[in-house]
Amino acid sequence: MEALLETKIFKVSVERLLLNGSQTVYMVGWALVIGTVIGSAMALGLVLCQKGGLAENRVVFAVLSFYINVVRSVPFVILLVTIMPLTRAMVGTTIGSTAALVPLVVYISPYLARLIENSLLEVSPGILEAAQAMGASTWQVIRYFLVPETLGSIVLALTTGTIGLLGASAMAGYVGGGGVGDLALTYGYEKMNTPLMILTVVILVIMVQALQLLGNALSGKLREYR
Amino acid sequence: MIQIEGASKTFSGKTGEVQALREVSLHVEKGDIYGIIGFSGAGKSTLIRLVNGLEKPDRGRVVVEGRDLGSLGKGELRILRRKIGMVFQQFNLLESKTVFHNIALPLILAGTPKTVIAEKVARVLQFVELEDKRETHVSQLSGGQKQRVGIARALATEPDLLLCDEATSALDPQTTEAILKLLKRVNREMGVTILLITHQMDVIRMICDKVAVMENGRIVERGRVVDVFGSPQMPVTKRFVRTVVNDRIPESILRLLHEQTEHYQIERLKFIGASVKRPVISDICQVEGIVVNILGATVQELQESVMCVFILQLIGEEADIRRAEAQIDAAGVLRERVAADEWKHY
Repeated sequence: MEALLETKIFKVSVERLLLNGSQTVYMVGWALVIGTVIGSAMALGLVLCQKGGLAENRVVFAVLSFYINVVRSVPFVILLVTIMPLTRAMVGTTIGSTAALVPLVVYISPYLARLIENSLLEVSPGILEAAQAMGASTWQVIRYFLVPETLGSIVLALTTGTIGLLGASAMAGYVGGGGVGDLALTYGYEKMNTPLMILTVVILVIMVQALQLLGNALSGKLREYR
Repeated sequence: MIQIEGASKTFSGKTGEVQALREVSLHVEKGDIYGIIGFSGAGKSTLIRLVNGLEKPDRGRVVVEGRDLGSLGKGELRILRRKIGMVFQQFNLLESKTVFHNIALPLILAGTPKTVIAEKVARVLQFVELEDKRETHVSQLSGGQKQRVGIARALATEPDLLLCDEATSALDPQTTEAILKLLKRVNREMGVTILLITHQMDVIRMICDKVAVMENGRIVERGRVVDVFGSPQMPVTKRFVRTVVNDRIPESILRLLHEQTEHYQIERLKFIGASVKRPVISDICQVEGIVVNILGATVQELQESVMCVFILQLIGEEADIRRAEAQIDAAGVLRERVAADEWKHY
């Protein structure tokens, strides 16, 4: 085991490869979970508060929409350094995989919010009207109509979001988060280790392919009877 | 059951303000099948949505089963809605879910225990004759079957009132008839009051007891279906009646009339219900100096009654024609002289 971990692939130990790989999974995984929660909440806020929505509220809608647009217009690298004070206030440091989660979540949640919003808007107004006519409360409309009807579409949106996160996490790694991106830049680019860089690219391509396949399969299953 | 008093509603859209309802009053009694007919944009969808609070009037009052909708809180309104079923033109079912799930939804929303849900769904499924489709996904059903599911869903909570929003407009004629028969059974067997809106006069003809005709946000005519069909007053009502009962003189016959040199009048006779049995034609044939010529005739089944329209040409002296007319009137048959401008222009 020890020997395996110390085996070098393109001048980097297997242990390093596994560590950085797990850091990427850690960052993407948690940012996805937290980002989905926040993004879904924002998406529901948008859909419910929009004009003609179940809980029409122009102020909430305008604020949410503006916030999402602002964050979405800042490139991730700039966002990363801009919110460093916030990151430090929240986790006490700006270095490490956990610290990288803050900018990743801030970055991905508005993105997911827009994607999920689009999915939720697929539900026909007629279905929502039927739900109201049955006496459904707003929460019941979400629970029994909005979400079940769009789950397949939301899964695809989350797949797209996850792939976006993977890209962002590579950059976060450069600012001390670790991960596959860090591997490529610190050990590959800076040490002019081209084969290692190519290896990381291959790993990333495989990850994206796998995610997309998984997303499509899951979504297809959910949409089987549409 | 339903009392709407002086309801007005204005929508402001991109093209300015649209007055959907102007001072509309409507009374629907328990056990009625009440039809509201109008062309699109007449305000009928807004009107039907007042009844379950999907739309709120700017002015006026809506009272359903003795409860003023304006005074109800959100929660109270939700509870009231469970007792009002609604059926839609586009069905509005969850396509990816099973028939069972769709029908169970209103019961789930009401917090009904699972065993009770299974029992109630089974009952309504049997009523709409879809027992064998229980586990089928809605997307695999035909339009008529989907509407049966829609009706079953609306009935699941055992409502006292059913609102039908153009329930048959997306269906072919045969399916329409089957769905209308089903709605009639809902009314007769379950005692559910039905308020429906439609732009098809056939729907009114086949199942409604009473009808209101809407135009430009107003109810312009209303009454029992037999009465409105027998003597429609407003132009829009006449147009609707004409879509079902053809009381016009065929054009080819009009052309022949121009060649006629004797004095004559054209009469339109309407026999409704019992008056069908009267031998009026035979009677007027015996009026001296009169020759009777039948230009056109139609028979339509109307509710549980029947309506015949005869268009007669009475040839003879004016005085003799008047005597024949008096005879028709005495028999209690609806009669009108077809005005010259209706046919002389051809």
